[in-house]
Amino acid sequence: MSLIDEREEEIIEEFSFSDDWLDIYQLIIDKGNDGAGIDARYKDDSHLIEGCQSKVWVNAELVDGKVYYQGESNTEIVNGIVSILVYILSGNEPQDILDAKLTFIDKIGLQEHLTPTRSNGMLAMIKQMRLYAMAFAAQQQK
Amino acid sequence: MLDIESIRKDFPILGQKVYGKPLIYFDNAATTQKPQIVLDTIVGNYSTQNANIHRGVHFLSQTATMAHEEARATVQKFIGAEKSCEIIFTRGTTEAINLVADSFVRSQCVDGDEIIVSEMEHHSNIVPWQLQQQRKDIKIKVIPFDERGHLQVEKLEEMITSRTKLVSVTHVSNTLGTVNPVEEIVRIAHAHNVPVLVDGAQSTPHIKVDVKKLDVDFFVFSGHKVYGPTGIGVLYGKEAWLDKLPPYQGGGEMIKNVSFAGTTFNELPFKFEAGTPDYIGSTALSAALNYVSAIGIEKIHAYEESLRLYAEEKMKEIEGMRFIGENDQKSGLVSFLVGNIHPYDVGTLLDKLGIAVRTGHHCAEPVMHHFGIEGTVRASFAVYNTKEEIDVFVAGLARVASMFNRKKH
Repeated sequence: MSLIDEREEEIIEEFSFSDDWLDIYQLIIDKGNDGAGIDARYKDDSHLIEGCQSKVWVNAELVDGKVYYQGESNTEIVNGIVSILVYILSGNEPQDILDAKLTFIDKIGLQEHLTPTRSNGMLAMIKQMRLYAMAFAAQQQK
Repeated sequence: MLDIESIRKDFPILGQKVYGKPLIYFDNAATTQKPQIVLDTIVGNYSTQNANIHRGVHFLSQTATMAHEEARATVQKFIGAEKSCEIIFTRGTTEAINLVADSFVRSQCVDGDEIIVSEMEHHSNIVPWQLQQQRKDIKIKVIPFDERGHLQVEKLEEMITSRTKLVSVTHVSNTLGTVNPVEEIVRIAHAHNVPVLVDGAQSTPHIKVDVKKLDVDFFVFSGHKVYGPTGIGVLYGKEAWLDKLPPYQGGGEMIKNVSFAGTTFNELPFKFEAGTPDYIGSTALSAALNYVSAIGIEKIHAYEESLRLYAEEKMKEIEGMRFIGENDQKSGLVSFLVGNIHPYDVGTLLDKLGIAVRTGHHCAEPVMHHFGIEGTVRASFAVYNTKEEIDVFVAGLARVASMFNRKKH
């Protein structure tokens, strides 16, 4: 089992404690509060993924062949979601990130955040995180 | 007293559950739900009298034409217009304003002329005028509002110059709920021979509109915000003005004679209705307006006001409640923020409780700039909403607010 799979399992397990939507969202918000956020210097337009209503900043660095992400949003729910993504994907090799299926989204019931028009743009976040991984993978092949 | 329970039964969608919870629909300023009679009219017309209107000699076409023109008369009566030819069917408020902006600026303005709008306009009463700036060097002047969301109409007098060609303002703000003193605006503008366009998108569903009494030159509204279908709206214009303005779009129906040497245009209202009109939409809108009239718009207004006041009273009890828009004259909606919680978070969580509200800038970014905020949460009411729903909403809001208390940063 890959590190990504393990962490996804961990998140799914953690989120299975309640059927109440507000409990689920409380945990998402808490995940955001527990997240490390993003260094202030990366909170600029070049790291911004702008939705209609929320803003997300994402950065990634390659250290010893592994990708480390940072992410933060100005809305609590999106902040929680990006923090979970950062937790699951950070510390992995670029190719593993590109191969990740991210089934936890479906399993903890966040599919609605994947619709393209949803203003928080979870899709856009994932896409940006994959793009970083893709760039690092290309860099490694050189 | 209105029998709200019986009214609710007219709206099939209200029986729905979302996420297992009864739907509470407080997004009526965006669009209202449709009563069965409107749905039946749409299906009925397609089922029994669908044919393209006006030039048809056959029975179905004549029936459909009559229905469409009867709908025009219903609209005329509903807003108190003098003649039915002063009623132009459009796709909605947005198209109606674009029509006036295009035809008016093209024919009535020269470089250096001015159009006055207000700071609380929906983008649809800002951008059409800005588009015209690409055509002519016109200036857009803005009547400001104060911290309570009260339009500073007293400034209008001094803003009007000899170059002012039109004042275009909203009747009711979709973001603040402010009801503007249209009669006073018209009085000031007319004293300088300046015509007035009023955006009635947010007033028509809630307030008795009498275009003759208001003496407005143009009045526009959308069908879907007043229990009618989407895709149909109305431009009212005084006949003298509509006669003076050139056509907006070209096509069938709007012409008298066409030849390659030149074309002559049809009379009002057809001059402004190029192409096949939405004759199903117009009749469904007519059904909606008749539905409203049968209940009584004054009764609806009084009831909705009681809902709004009740909501505001209850919402005050929530810690950190901040109302955006506290004008004395308000209608139909409450715009607010809770502490520092982002409107998007509030809206997403209320949704999970089955409560539909709107969040964001409500297509009125200048209003957001005024308050230095990104957006608000907006709860907007219709005749089928109840105090019990407001109780559930306020309890939900309190629960949602408590979820952010643990916030550490």
